[in-house]
Amino acid sequence: MTLVLNEEQLMLKDSAAGFLAQKASVSHLRALRDSNSSSGFDPAVWRAMVDMGWAGIAIPEAFGGLGYGYTGLGLVLEQIGRHLSSSPLEATVLVAATLINELGTEAQKEQWLSAIAAGNCQMTLALQEGKHHAPERTALMAVPKGAGYRLNGSKQFVLDASTAQYFLVVARSAGEVGEGDALSVFIVPADTKGLRIEARSMVDSRAAGVLHLDAVQLGVEALLGEAGQARQALERSLDIANIGLAAQLLGLSLEAFERSLTYLKERKQFGQLIGSFQALQHRAAKMFAELELARSIVLQALQAIDQGGDGLSLLASAAKAKLCEVAELVSNEAVQMHGGIGMTDEHDIGLFLKRARVLQHSFGDYNYHLNRFAQLKGY
Amino acid sequence: MSKLEQFRDETRAWLEANCPQSMRVTLHSFEDIYSGGRNPEIKHPDQKLWCDRMAERGWTVPHWPKEYGGGGLSGEEVKVLRQEMARINAQPPLESFGISMLGPALLKFGSEAQKQEHLPPIARGEIRWCQGYSEPNAGSDLASLQTRAVDKGDYYLINGQKIWTSYADKSDWIFCLVRTDSSGSKHEGISFVLFDMDAPEITTRPIKLISGNSPFCETFFDNAKAYKRNLIGEEGKGWTIAKYLLTHEREMISSFGAAPRESLAEAAIEAFGSDASGRLANGVLRQSLAQYQLDAMAFSATMARVRDEAKAGQGLGAASSIFKYYGTELNKRRNELNVALNGEAALGWEGEAYEGGRLCRDWLRSKGNSIEGGTSEIQLNIISKRVLGLPDA
Repeated sequence: MTLVLNEEQLMLKDSAAGFLAQKASVSHLRALRDSNSSSGFDPAVWRAMVDMGWAGIAIPEAFGGLGYGYTGLGLVLEQIGRHLSSSPLEATVLVAATLINELGTEAQKEQWLSAIAAGNCQMTLALQEGKHHAPERTALMAVPKGAGYRLNGSKQFVLDASTAQYFLVVARSAGEVGEGDALSVFIVPADTKGLRIEARSMVDSRAAGVLHLDAVQLGVEALLGEAGQARQALERSLDIANIGLAAQLLGLSLEAFERSLTYLKERKQFGQLIGSFQALQHRAAKMFAELELARSIVLQALQAIDQGGDGLSLLASAAKAKLCEVAELVSNEAVQMHGGIGMTDEHDIGLFLKRARVLQHSFGDYNYHLNRFAQLKGY
Repeated sequence: MSKLEQFRDETRAWLEANCPQSMRVTLHSFEDIYSGGRNPEIKHPDQKLWCDRMAERGWTVPHWPKEYGGGGLSGEEVKVLRQEMARINAQPPLESFGISMLGPALLKFGSEAQKQEHLPPIARGEIRWCQGYSEPNAGSDLASLQTRAVDKGDYYLINGQKIWTSYADKSDWIFCLVRTDSSGSKHEGISFVLFDMDAPEITTRPIKLISGNSPFCETFFDNAKAYKRNLIGEEGKGWTIAKYLLTHEREMISSFGAAPRESLAEAAIEAFGSDASGRLANGVLRQSLAQYQLDAMAFSATMARVRDEAKAGQGLGAASSIFKYYGTELNKRRNELNVALNGEAALGWEGEAYEGGRLCRDWLRSKGNSIEGGTSEIQLNIISKRVLGLPDA
């Protein structure tokens, strides 16, 4: 496969850009924030996304999706990143649907993927327990009980927690904390007895939450795939999720960079445009070069998901680490180049800085993924 | 079987039968590749044989048209040929500035007669070329060059000095920027001429670099002659050709950053050991190494993407400036890492214990990568102005 977009993909990218600019732009994010929206997104916008088929972009046609693959979903996510759009696309489509597709039985895929593709099901992954991404540190226990399992523990930073109808809860069914094996995933309805959801607001104005599971009793049908066998599918799903996050970070960084460039061409000091200063020009040019590298590694990683085969983890950590680095550079420089106005709440550039950091930290930040990259490289 | 698969089978069989075993060893440096010329430097007797066999098929320049000594291969076929050569670790049969720089410029700007005269000898490795661009007072500000060419009817009389002329002392001909008119702006009045270096009016003097080697020369013209049939393009319009050729030079230099020749990770573990969980014991070095390898991976992906996009007609403007800037900075990082991994042994200057100071000399030579062919700062200027559209001061 060549590292180039085909006609169909270019059209998808353009139509996503057009829709989001109109319906889910940065000003919409600001309005959602200022209205103290508890869901963090506009249900009408989500419905329109579903109608365009976005909920099923990467879901196989056999399960009611479009079967465009992750390269297609990645292009939409890149545009989502550009516009700082909020919707269940990340939690439900990129993460939850992927995990069901990777881990679920055929019957479960049939049931859940078709519901997600049709926009009838919002679902989110409940994985993290501490301050940092560390799947092997999962302590929430699932103990066989009656005809099913009993779960006790809590989960942090669960995206879309207040609107999700179902949670994919990662639990330990054996072994010690710190071991990657013996993890299971359960589909837990939001109204299950013993499940309490605590809403939390994050810096990027999206809704997250904390889950408390107190003697939550589940039937065997709640188990996704087989008991204690989630490790591999979870790892691949997280690789895919991180590549999707990298695609969002790419769009976000490109937009923040372009806005800064525009400012450099407008703002005058010392009687001239500040973009004529070589000190700023060279910093802009270096960012541009980094963004070109970022584009390439994201596209390579997206295509690798669709091609299957080994080595996805290395590419996923490479793409996430590189995009964390580039997004941090560009979002910081964007504020600096805007000067004082960039520090104001009224100006939009600060919103890019905020969303960038949340995306960076989701499922492992730069430190996590560069470390993993080195490990996978054998050192 | 598709045509391409058939081409692969035939190529594989031909290479197997025709590539001498001695030409299937990894080279330490691109400087060890055969460069051809009237008095070729022969490092192994099979080099000329290998070059001649490949040249006969046009495969020293597989992408050039057949009528100029090329192989007339498609992009896909060239890729297959390179893969098949890599499979048996075959050395490139010939590498020269004629191939990488002058050839593309002649194909684009040369007249039919000029192509017929100059391209086939390049393809056969018979004439070695050097590049006369920089002057003592025209480095980054190349367009201010002063080497004068005076019209004498059917030839120009050339006086002046060039510097950083790579391998001028080993070359047969020079492609040279000269000033044919100094009345207009500095970008106007520059002409692109070719002439034979085998003349008493031309002298070359090697320049010893910090690496101890002398790949560059000063070149002096004292009433040298360049015949007008060897003026490429129009008189006074040479700057356009010069810029086009520079993009090829930049791509060539930036490719040094793409393919690491040795495994840094293995060398690092050998030098510093690893801890119980298999991590390189020195965490600081581990991080530098990972950062370098991550960037090298993203850079290689970018070179591949831009090549693929160019084929699909999507193309990125000023790609060569980005490659030149990033590739050379990466290569400097790789060399610094190499020194860090090998410690004082990397600073050994001579003798067998230090492989003749190879690591050290490579490290020192790499400093020039971000200077030659337009400095990193010049590349950043080009990106700022031509790609980002930032205003002039």
